[in-house]
Amino acid sequence: MEPTVTEDPEYFHKVVNCQYACPAHTPVPAYIRLIAAGRHTEAYMINWEANVFPGVLGRTCDRPCEPACRRGRIEKDEEPVAVCRLKRVCADLKGDVKSLMPEIPKKKNGRRVALIGGGPASLTVARDLMPLGYTCILFDNQKRGGGMMRSQIPSFRLPEKVLDEEVGYITDMGVDAHFNQDVTSMKEMLARDFDAVFVGTGAPRGRDLDIPGRQEADKQIHIGIDWLASVAFGHIASIGKRVIVLGGGNTAMDCCRTARRLGGEDVRVVVRSPFKDMKASPWEREDAEAEDIPMFENHVPKEFKMKDGKVVAVMFEKVRAVYDDKGKRTLVPAGEAPVVMECDDVLMAIGQDNAFPWIERDIGIDFGKWDLPVLDKKTFQSTLPKVFFGGDAAFGPANIITAVAHGHQAAISIDIFCRGKNLSDRPHPAVTLVSQKMNVHEWSYSNDVSGADRFAVPHADRKKTLKDMKMEVELGFDVKAACAEASRCLNCDVQTVFESGRCIECDACADVCPMSAITFAENGAEDDLRGRLNAVSDNRGQTLFVSPALPTGRVLVKDEDVCLHCGLCAERCPTEAWDMKKFLYTAPKTACFKKTETPENEAA
Amino acid sequence: MSYIIPRFRHPCTVPNDIGYTRQDYEGALSTLCAGCGHDSISAALVQACYEMSVAPHLVAKLSGIGCSSKTPAYFLRQSHGFNSVHGRMPSVATGAYLANRDLTYLGVSGDGDTASIGLGQFAHVMRRNLNMLYIIENNGCYGLTKGQDSATADVGSKTKHGQANVFSPIDPAGLALNIGATFVARSFSGDKAQLVPLIKAGLHHPGFALIDVISPCVTFNNIPASTKSYTYTREHMTAADVVDFVPAAAKYGADGAIDVKMPDGATVKLRRLPDHHDPRNRAAAAAAVLAAQERGEVLTGLIYIDTGRPDLHAMLETTETPLRALDEKALCPGARALDAVNRNAR
Ligand SMILES: Cc1cc2nc3c(=O)[nH]c(=O)nc-3n(C[C@H](O)[C@H](O)[C@H](O)COP(=O)(O)OP(=O)(O)OC[C@H]3O[C@@H](n4cnc5c(N)ncnc54)[C@H](O)[C@@H]3O)c2cc1C
Ligand SMILES: Cc1ncc(C[n+]2csc(CCOP(=O)(O)OP(=O)(O)O)c2C)c(N)n1
Ligand code: SF4
Ligand code: SF4
Ligand code: SF4
Ligand SMILES: [Mg+2]
Repeated sequence: MEPTVTEDPEYFHKVVNCQYACPAHTPVPAYIRLIAAGRHTEAYMINWEANVFPGVLGRTCDRPCEPACRRGRIEKDEEPVAVCRLKRVCADLKGDVKSLMPEIPKKKNGRRVALIGGGPASLTVARDLMPLGYTCILFDNQKRGGGMMRSQIPSFRLPEKVLDEEVGYITDMGVDAHFNQDVTSMKEMLARDFDAVFVGTGAPRGRDLDIPGRQEADKQIHIGIDWLASVAFGHIASIGKRVIVLGGGNTAMDCCRTARRLGGEDVRVVVRSPFKDMKASPWEREDAEAEDIPMFENHVPKEFKMKDGKVVAVMFEKVRAVYDDKGKRTLVPAGEAPVVMECDDVLMAIGQDNAFPWIERDIGIDFGKWDLPVLDKKTFQSTLPKVFFGGDAAFGPANIITAVAHGHQAAISIDIFCRGKNLSDRPHPAVTLVSQKMNVHEWSYSNDVSGADRFAVPHADRKKTLKDMKMEVELGFDVKAACAEASRCLNCDVQTVFESGRCIECDACADVCPMSAITFAENGAEDDLRGRLNAVSDNRGQTLFVSPALPTGRVLVKDEDVCLHCGLCAERCPTEAWDMKKFLYTAPKTACFKKTETPENEAA
Repeated sequence: MSYIIPRFRHPCTVPNDIGYTRQDYEGALSTLCAGCGHDSISAALVQACYEMSVAPHLVAKLSGIGCSSKTPAYFLRQSHGFNSVHGRMPSVATGAYLANRDLTYLGVSGDGDTASIGLGQFAHVMRRNLNMLYIIENNGCYGLTKGQDSATADVGSKTKHGQANVFSPIDPAGLALNIGATFVARSFSGDKAQLVPLIKAGLHHPGFALIDVISPCVTFNNIPASTKSYTYTREHMTAADVVDFVPAAAKYGADGAIDVKMPDGATVKLRRLPDHHDPRNRAAAAAAVLAAQERGEVLTGLIYIDTGRPDLHAMLETTETPLRALDEKALCPGARALDAVNRNAR
């Protein structure tokens, strides 16, 4: 293999598994260390800079960082660090943060940007553009900002106060927000004097199911996302005792748990597919099951049974999943008798679609597959140069953190566009790499990793939470648990940096490494080399580090996959060929932050 | 301060035949200098014992004094250990071996411990063909006392703070051949591919097995003017053979190698390199060692092996039952038995 180019910021970035997996590339280990040190305000600001909604995300994020977390791989049955719930801790315990946020120039730069939709994508664009002097004019058809964070995510998962606070940080920057205002024509928008238009209108249309009985039973059958929005805005406050929720995603989980709180006693979730193909996050499913909500798999709804003009039951056909050699699934009838489940109400949570009836098709904005806009994947620019898309509106429904990541990129594009520059000339990530060595056996981070199991977040008493729609179920970690959980983090951002010129090939690092991550070997092609390392090396997702040739002609190979970042290799190296260096990767954004040192580096 | 041993090991590590993981063969955190060759030898011992499924509680580690002699603390934490007096490990080993012939004896010594202060004991333990593996961690100096020349330092070689050595060096391998050791090998701490199979073979050898391991002292004797440095050893090392150790149960095909059978059914396979001697021929082995010396080469590999010679217990015709397992009556048969012995001696 060719020697690894560690100067490429993406090499070490990839080693920080959590940060790399985060769509907004939040510097996770950096904020976890600050939480362990009790420095919650700084931890919050690191988050806020990267992901804009730490308090919201600390409760609701889809947390792609956690399945990626190295901690979950270093031993059988080991679980990832509770990255997401630690984020909540810094949001809960922070001090004043407003004074740390960028100042908004009194004198505007004269550019006006329209933001359509008030969800996380549009709000991120505003957050990134306001500090540069842009005038942002936001339109949303709901009564307050936040988009689906407000209309869909129930308050027992996300208290209104938390959402208001973080939406407020942005609207308080002086965004010219127009709520309760439905945008009905893009043509009209374009006729106004906006320098650019950002579309962040989400994927607002819930899917329906056209089976016998559907038309007649309209009153008792509700589209999940519309129903949740009606609950959120106080239009609906009760539901029948027996509720069937159709669908196996997170929307289904929110529907069934909400139904339990509005009077549903026998609430059940019925899924077409086998459980293992269910889309809901495992933790959302667990929380629903803990509220006595049974789930049924392999049941395909066939008919709404009516009596006296009312739905009394749903009839299902039982199926079996068959997979072809490409893994493609088909559901085939199991040949059993149909199952009939009685009910008073049905909630349909079987998916969401994009809908842009308000964008005229003759104004230069092209639409492609599934009626999604044709976009440049990097710049989020549509075929009409001054119009940009982001969030669920761009590529279909995803999640908040993805909407935020889109927002950052769209803001960069809008800023470049308004300055008349080339959109593909984008800012680079900012990186720093700083030695953590304090003394022969002393590092400025704690390399003695805790062996504790993952800590569970305590829940409020179920008897109370099921009675009160607004009462938050999760209580969050207290300071002690937060420190203990934070200590489980391996500090994957503290990189093992190897300087081949200093190596005398004494084997000390390879000998001491508890994870057998280091091998001196004859060079070879990747497959061959992986097969000759000191330990099994089968995670192709993690790039191997290969040194330049050493004096014996061999190379040093480090498999980063399960490195503990314990620093023992560097401690045992007689020539300081290894060093432990803290790598801080700041994903590209507009110049909305004055580039000072990050709080962590300042104090360290 | 981070004198730590993390709890975690690679998730794919598997237990060996007797259910132990590699971690079960480790010891305390080493306090040797970072980069010391001795630590690599400890790692090789851990690997060999894990792979051979040695039962840790049936091993006795014995050593003298020196950085090298400290290392038994850093591997096989569940084994017996005796850190004895400088240069006197052989007599302690002899006593232990006589009392309990059932354990596996592993001696760890330094070049000072063996060839300087301990030369007398070293010679006699070889004469007796004590069934043990004796490892010399040879760095050409007294590491523990800050790097004075030892008896294995080559003429002209210099340590970090010293002057060129003027005294003729003792070659432990040459000496061992001369005195009658039945397994003589040399290796290098930086070459585990060779060292690990040699350790396995040495542990199986039914008699005295010596491995003289060049093991650089990074702190005092790893300078360009030293002949026991990493660089010098790599540049001057020649291998007599490619050694492979095959446990009794394993099957292997004939591939032109020399197979040396061990009494327990295991095999040492040697692929001879061109122009090298047959390690079963003592005279040829001695000649090869001398010839390499003349050429300024460090001859490594299995230099000599004879698995047919009786060990100490066989020579003394002692009982099969370890002495420590005999009861008082058997051990002290009383005045009448003593009289009989004495009568025989008159
Ligand atoms: C039930 C449910 C639960 C969810 N839970 C989670 C979760 O726990 N974690 C997570 O990460 N994600 C969750 N999501 C997904 C997440 O809410 C969305 O991915 C995210 O909010 C998308 O952000 P956005 O900015 O693209 O659009 P949205 O948040 O959808 O905001 C778009 C806004 O634009 C408004 N709008 C639309 N059209 C117009 C128009 N023509 N004129 C004016 N305004 C308009 C909409 O009313 C809305 O306010 C959930 C989604 C649902 C349905
Ligand atoms: C009887 C006695 N004499 C002298 C010493 C001092 N001493 C301690 S270690 C040592 C030399 C050790 O050299 P070596 O065996 O080569 O071990 P190394 O430290 O090089 O591994 C000496 C002379 C001692 N401990 N005991
Ligand atoms: S151990 Fe810490 S730094 Fe490493 S991936 Fe997990 S959260 Fe991130
Ligand atoms: S930091 Fe070094 S010694 Fe520790 S696990 Fe990683 S490679 Fe091994
Ligand atoms: S002094 Fe030399 S022999 Fe002793 S531990 Fe240090 S490097 Fe090893
Ligand atoms: Mg020595």
